[in-house]
Amino acid sequence: MTSLSHSTFSVKKRGGFTVMSCRLNMEQADSVLTELRKAYRVYAPTLFPKQGRYSDTDIVRYAEIEHVNEIEFERKSDFPAKEVLSPIQRTTFYFTEEEYHENLHEQLPVLVFGRACDISAQKIQARIYDGNGDFTDPYYKAIHDKAKFVLMECDGGWDSCFCVSMNTNKTDDYVMAVRKDGDTLSVQIKDEAFAPYFNEAEPCDYKPSFVEKNELTVQVPVIPDKQVLTKLKNHPMWREFDKRCISCGSCTVACSTCTCFTTRDVVYTENENAGERRRVADSCQIAGFDQMAGQREIRSRAGDRMRYKVLHKFHDYDARFHEGSMCVGCGRCIDRCPEFISIAATLEKMNKALEEIQSSQETEAAK
Amino acid sequence: MKNEFQPSPCRIIQVKHESEAEWTYRVESSAKPGHGQFMQLSIPRVGEAPISVSARGDGWLEFTIRSVGKVTDDIFRKKSGDVLFLRGPYGHGWPVDRFQGKHVVVITGGTGLAPVRSMLNMFMDHSDFVKDVFLICGFKSESGIVFKQELAQWESRFHTIYALDTDHKDGFRTGLVTEFVKEIPWKSFGDDYAVVVVGPPPMMKFTGLELLKNGAAEDHIWMSFERKMSCAIGKCGHCRIDETYVCLDGPVFSYTTAKDLVD
Repeated sequence: MTSLSHSTFSVKKRGGFTVMSCRLNMEQADSVLTELRKAYRVYAPTLFPKQGRYSDTDIVRYAEIEHVNEIEFERKSDFPAKEVLSPIQRTTFYFTEEEYHENLHEQLPVLVFGRACDISAQKIQARIYDGNGDFTDPYYKAIHDKAKFVLMECDGGWDSCFCVSMNTNKTDDYVMAVRKDGDTLSVQIKDEAFAPYFNEAEPCDYKPSFVEKNELTVQVPVIPDKQVLTKLKNHPMWREFDKRCISCGSCTVACSTCTCFTTRDVVYTENENAGERRRVADSCQIAGFDQMAGQREIRSRAGDRMRYKVLHKFHDYDARFHEGSMCVGCGRCIDRCPEFISIAATLEKMNKALEEIQSSQETEAAK
Repeated sequence: MKNEFQPSPCRIIQVKHESEAEWTYRVESSAKPGHGQFMQLSIPRVGEAPISVSARGDGWLEFTIRSVGKVTDDIFRKKSGDVLFLRGPYGHGWPVDRFQGKHVVVITGGTGLAPVRSMLNMFMDHSDFVKDVFLICGFKSESGIVFKQELAQWESRFHTIYALDTDHKDGFRTGLVTEFVKEIPWKSFGDDYAVVVVGPPPMMKFTGLELLKNGAAEDHIWMSFERKMSCAIGKCGHCRIDETYVCLDGPVFSYTTAKDLVD
């Protein structure tokens, strides 16, 4: 397992490497992981027992792993893979009165375990951090450009998932795919660079399957023009959220694709002139997100903030980049909302509002 | 790769009090911002804020700052010789090439004068760049009047209306800027004009409507927006309105776009 010479069972074909598969027991899998950890920081969804937000509840979130049995295969992670690629908080500079020192240094690349939706979300994150305007975010790029993904085969058995509706149920952006059955790990190796790690494993014909159907389906609303958009913004449907939404921002923290952040300087208590500048995740759902110094808040009601978020995901992102929705249908916002607000139900309401708006426009036009 | 977030230290050369709450800082900088662009001002321990460049010269830039927030409050403690940190310039400024040879109408509210100040001074220095300038500047009250010296200079060269919202003062009319839009000789312009509007959001909204009422064409009107920003380079999401990022696509917008920008 530790030898990194080329595998005996990877068949070279004209034009490149042929995908291969193998089977490992947990002990073998751990020695592969040990080898991988020499070249990668390996992150996976991990169970943290009794660390959930309510008493006696667990939480599944991303962490660097040392053993394969730390990977949580059964449950959907409460937080998305962006925990690794765009962490909720990071230091961007160290400063003194006279200068800012960038905090960017060479680190081992990351290898991230994720489901198809998690991997699909990376394209959206990359679009914002590295493909919006002429500027690149060096902090994101440093991690993302060298990041590789391991696809965790997904049964899609959760009632808040709607990846099929969002076309994120399949992906080919992975170097390996894995499935765990009891104490056996089936692995498909798609990237030649990883083949040598599996030299001594037993070949098999494992192929990952993808979710073909979710219990939950959504219809992405179609907003034909600016006039309808403006009417939708002013539609009474958003007022419901003034009362229901508590503007806690849980949905955006749990969102696979939300990228908004703010800048915060922190001083060290020993020397108040030295400290660090941090990037901290921010949320358009939290009061003050749009508030400028000395001015009134622009979206002052919870319903306005909800409208801003939902339209970004299902209209504005596509209007700017023409690459479809900014939602991957992971359903984590539904799972995390303490007020049980469902994005799927919200989309249904939006579709109804749009029907209303368009039929009243037609009536107007007929007059 | 260049780290666009890296702020550079710049020495303060001069601090000028425009009013009690609005001070102009001249800092050493070799940056070459266009008229109407902005920069990110940083103060270690406090944070960053987008501030428009209110004047530029050989090796220096000026920022006119209102003491209203955490960053700006701290800037007000800085004096000549101290250091400010800058990055930028960012955004799209005034499309001055499109103003060349035209009648230019400039309407500002309060410190909204800062983002047009360098352009107005360029019109002063190059008197044949535009046909003529009609300048309407509104201030809330006497204590909010900024750039007093320049207001006097502009008066000598431009057609000016200076106004206070409700107070009376010599040389100033009383009323909101919207009330004076009809005094511009729109009919004599033909199609040969451009209008520039900067001020607080309600002022820009109602000035826009008043301009249309007076027959100004949407694609002849330009507005500069101000929104909360953290990064200024299209990543942090704060300044987004629909599919538009004020930091990247603005802050200056044609009214054809601006009229649809509903937060």
